Amino acid sequence: MAFTLPYAITLEVGSSLENKTGDWRTERPVYLDRLPPCNIECPAGENIQAWLGLTQEGKYQEAWEEILDNNPLPSVHGRVCYHPCEDGCNRKQMENPVSIHAIERFLGDQALKNNWVVSKQADTGKHVLVVGAGPGGLSAAYHLCKMGHKVTVVESKAAPGGMMRYGIPEYRLPRDILDAEVKRIEDMGVTFKYNTRIDNLAATMKADGYDAAFLAVGAHLARKLEMPSDDSVNITDAVTYLNDIEANDSKPQLGKKVAVYGGGNTAIDVARSALRLGAEEVTVIYRGPQDKMPAHLFEIEEALEEGIKIAALRTITEYKGGNIIVEVNEMDADQRPQATGKTETIAADAVVYALGQLVDSSLLSDCDGIVENDNVIEVGQQMMTGMDGVFAGGDMIPSARTVTTAVGHGKKAARYITAYLKGETYTPAEKHETASFDKLNTWYYEEENMRQQPVLDLDKRKSTFGEVLGDLDEANAKYEAIRCMSCGNCFECDNCYTVCPDNAIIKLGRGNRFQINYDYCKGCGMCVEECPCGSMLMEPEEL
Amino acid sequence: MSTELKPDFCQTGNLTAGNRLQSIDVVSVQSTEDRANALTSGHRACQGCGEALGARMAIDKVMELSKNKVHVVNATGCLEVFTTPFPETSWNVPWLHSLFGNAPAVATGVQAALKAKGMEDVTVIAQGGDGSTVDIGFGCLSGMFERNDDVLYICYDNEAYMNTGVQRSGATPPTARTATTPLSGPHPGNNFGQGKNVPKIAMAHGIAYVATATIANVRDLEAKVAKAMSMKGARYLHIHVPCPLGWGSLPKDTIKLARLAVESGLYPLFEGEHGEITGVTKIRKKVPVDEYLKLQRRFVHLFKKGADTEDLAGVQAIADAHIKYYGLLDDGEK
Amino acid sequence: MLKQVEGSIAVAEAIALCRPDLVCAYPITPQTHIVEGLADMVRKGKIKSNCQYINVESEFAALSVCIGSSATGVRSYTATSSQGLLYMAEAVYNASGMRLPIVMTIGNRAIGGPINIWNDQSDSMALRDAGWIQIHAETNQEAGDLHIQAFKIAEQLSIPVMVCVDGFLLTHAYEQVEASTQEQVDEFLPPFKPMQALDCDDPMSIGAMVGPEAFMEVRALNVAHFDNALEPIQEISEEFEKIFGRKAGGLFEHYHSEEADTVVVSLGSVNGTVKDIIDEYRKEFVSIGSFKIGCYRPFPGKQILEQLKHAKRIIVVEKDYFAGVGGCLANDMKIAFRGSDAKIYSVIGGLGGRPIFKKSLMKILDRAMEDELEELSFIDLDRTLVEREQVREDQFMSNAG
Repeated sequence: MAFTLPYAITLEVGSSLENKTGDWRTERPVYLDRLPPCNIECPAGENIQAWLGLTQEGKYQEAWEEILDNNPLPSVHGRVCYHPCEDGCNRKQMENPVSIHAIERFLGDQALKNNWVVSKQADTGKHVLVVGAGPGGLSAAYHLCKMGHKVTVVESKAAPGGMMRYGIPEYRLPRDILDAEVKRIEDMGVTFKYNTRIDNLAATMKADGYDAAFLAVGAHLARKLEMPSDDSVNITDAVTYLNDIEANDSKPQLGKKVAVYGGGNTAIDVARSALRLGAEEVTVIYRGPQDKMPAHLFEIEEALEEGIKIAALRTITEYKGGNIIVEVNEMDADQRPQATGKTETIAADAVVYALGQLVDSSLLSDCDGIVENDNVIEVGQQMMTGMDGVFAGGDMIPSARTVTTAVGHGKKAARYITAYLKGETYTPAEKHETASFDKLNTWYYEEENMRQQPVLDLDKRKSTFGEVLGDLDEANAKYEAIRCMSCGNCFECDNCYTVCPDNAIIKLGRGNRFQINYDYCKGCGMCVEECPCGSMLMEPEEL
Repeated sequence: MSTELKPDFCQTGNLTAGNRLQSIDVVSVQSTEDRANALTSGHRACQGCGEALGARMAIDKVMELSKNKVHVVNATGCLEVFTTPFPETSWNVPWLHSLFGNAPAVATGVQAALKAKGMEDVTVIAQGGDGSTVDIGFGCLSGMFERNDDVLYICYDNEAYMNTGVQRSGATPPTARTATTPLSGPHPGNNFGQGKNVPKIAMAHGIAYVATATIANVRDLEAKVAKAMSMKGARYLHIHVPCPLGWGSLPKDTIKLARLAVESGLYPLFEGEHGEITGVTKIRKKVPVDEYLKLQRRFVHLFKKGADTEDLAGVQAIADAHIKYYGLLDDGEK
Repeated sequence: MLKQVEGSIAVAEAIALCRPDLVCAYPITPQTHIVEGLADMVRKGKIKSNCQYINVESEFAALSVCIGSSATGVRSYTATSSQGLLYMAEAVYNASGMRLPIVMTIGNRAIGGPINIWNDQSDSMALRDAGWIQIHAETNQEAGDLHIQAFKIAEQLSIPVMVCVDGFLLTHAYEQVEASTQEQVDEFLPPFKPMQALDCDDPMSIGAMVGPEAFMEVRALNVAHFDNALEPIQEISEEFEKIFGRKAGGLFEHYHSEEADTVVVSLGSVNGTVKDIIDEYRKEFVSIGSFKIGCYRPFPGKQILEQLKHAKRIIVVEKDYFAGVGGCLANDMKIAFRGSDAKIYSVIGGLGGRPIFKKSLMKILDRAMEDELEELSFIDLDRTLVEREQVREDQFMSNAG
């Protein structure tokens, strides 16, 4: 022992650094990233937590760019997505979830207001055909274009959007928003051909020299129902009705009393549209109980607010004398509706069937190898159909039929197509384990209720197609983003760094997270226990 | 419709040590890269030691505010033993250890010496565990208070004589098992005495500042150090520091226990100036004492079959009395 | 300049000239007049330093305050007596273990029980092995002068020093004293440069814990430093004489003992009485002298043996008596003289303030010189009283049994 100090029991400061206490350890803390449930639930695969984090810091454009990595239509999605992310949100188990959709809408609208654009990669020289300008087609076109391919979108209707335009009423999605987001894709260099129908895919591809194709024609054929009728009640279907509202200058009139048959979101859309177009009495008829209606609860609630009636547990049996004859159902022991034989009448000028939609797959008639089964196209792991170079997504393939699902398909297909064009196989990155609620230490989060979007006056809702839900302003959007708990991913709260009694955590500076100094870490586990977001874990030490 | 925005709401607000959404001036010193690490790595405290943590939290804040002009006097005890086993010390400050019972007097001497040298800008800290503070060094502490010497005394309370093998101190809570209050007889563990509330006794001296703090709330702790540092004369800070070894708790639960002690009402957070209580830190999510006690083997007998329920009720009564006396719940809460 | 002053004031004034930075004490008789004097001088600004006077709640605190101040690098002083010294005992050992150059006056007094406030030396004797240098004053003059030397010894060696001054006999006695001047003291005593101190610019940890792996070594080092103190103590005494023009301190002092057959060895003020007796014997040409030990700790055993190797008999007169050891000084002398032909007699006197009369002591010395003295004897012990009490106790015990 060499003494620089005068006396044996006087010691040089900080000399205990010689004593490496790390060898006391039997378990070691490690940092990890877990996958937050919002992300898991997002059909478009958005890295929601990342863009909420950027929003928290006021970095709106970076946040928007983060969304655009996965979804080219945030303004649209902030309005029409049914936000399963919020159902998954861990915050739901505290007070209520983060209003992710409202923040996405804010960011999307900021982009439109400020003309933010995204850059694309170098030209690959490949040309890809996208059939259908609905959400799936638009998404695929955007991603393919961004990846450097030449893209042509062929759309049979006069305008882009698919069901976003011809299925979703304007009070949920103002058309200027849709147009602006599509225009941004167009401005990137994607070619759109409207009013163009492809009758023979194989021939078209060959003729125009496409290297690959993505099919996303949607499901625009209404499911029909045959029923005894004396023709006293007009019968139409949701696809036709909603399309006519959008496509025709003269809005379709169904009469004073309108019934809608079906319990899904489309049924509600039809009912609320009919109300706005002058119907005085609108009734949604559904064979099951009201709480089993497939439509989203908030849509049903908004409809009820507007005065829509719901006749649940009713099955239409006949149209007679300006009335709909319905049979009353009861739930049986298996929780299935069963007819009771009792009937009632509902007076109606018209009835609209909203019973589901079918895919028009006629363009595939001459394509070898494509297998259609139960009105959907079979695709492989890489989303490719049985025909080489032809991929499909959206409502055409088996999955949930939502805008966001289609957008997710478009993104994935673009990746698979790119790999295909390079002669490679795209393998998605392995997913991290789930950041479930039990991984969090929620003590550290302040409880704070969701910021609510403003709602249009009821009077205006009943008479116009004005947008029902309003915007969160910047302050509220940011505030709401701040409610995000960053489940599973370090957000630099400094707890681990602070609670370590052995100074065994090194702070690498804001933005760079932390590192564990295993020379001194005794493995007490306090850092892991006090990590609010569950981005740490104790692992057995290899002895 | 949007409701009012809380101005300080930012994800974890002030509940976490740091917060990337807050300005660096607002977060705790502990959360910053340039904290002093007055007590550095390589010390021999047990895994999950609350005292090591409490000492670093407190002294780092003192270091920040005094611009590293600080002298620390340490009583004998765990903190002294695990930080300075010859030939290594973990301290990064001028530090002096003399005896178990004399830290306040030694600090008085240090302070007087600085005065004699005209160096009163140096902050003098005296610190010790509950044994040295509430028991053996209490006479010296009271003398230091009475003279109003310019010393900030910090007690790290882990509720027993841990260094000597967990024997009862004047700060050991009723029913707790220690080596000298074993689990036998009709009322196992420590007896229900009158307790020895040194923060209140300190207040009775009328000294400038008295506060209780906890390692579970570093921002509160640092604010109290800062408040103490803004004043002259004798000041007293009492920091609750769970001890996994002595309490029979898991090392990882140290902060949690400190938190539950506060949330149950057993360890009230308050501050006082010149003999008057001036503020309390409210309970955020009240819990029954069971939640706190059950995590500690020193209370295991309270939850065994056939345990005297009066004992547990007695501990709850202490918490309830604190809640009432200090007003630890927001109005209307029970 | 000669002044007629109380011993305590002579001490206080000497300390004041040493420019102490801190004085801290707790009242106990008979040390009180010293610190009262210092308190007064601090208040009146008569000390040429920014001296802090701290009133504390106990002797334990008093020495603890000095530990703190000394470790912060300032000249620190305290005083105590008797129970007070025992009450601070833990800190006494601690100060020397940390090698803090504190100077402490012991106004020597008996220790109880039974409680007794009068003079003997059992208090400083009780802590003779605490690692403090112990120097004894014979007169008020020397009491003052030893304090000036004490600071120099302590600070030069980083070892604390107890200056032992017989309670009442010196502390409360008025004698003529030649006062030192500030110039003399300043020339003799340089400003305190601590070996180690709390310092923000050069931080260190003072007072580490030492475990079994190094405790023996640390202790050995400490004792080695201590044992090396004798030479500097002597040198400092000689340096003092050069500057102040008078003798004080040092390891020992002969009084006709350089060649005497019989030598009386003692500590402190009793040496005055012994010297008077020697003078009387010398009139009759008896070969007897007095040998005063000035520095009791470290004990200059080798030097004493060398100085008194001619003596046939050595009579150790001391004012302490301990169970087990008997007279501490006699014990030390026996160890120093083991193997020597000189006969060592232990004489205990003056316990609890009992006066030592010349006549009584001479009777003992006569018997010694006739080689009739027991190895252990007492000056004026009332054996009748002792025996009567013994009988009473025996009766009580047998009744109770």
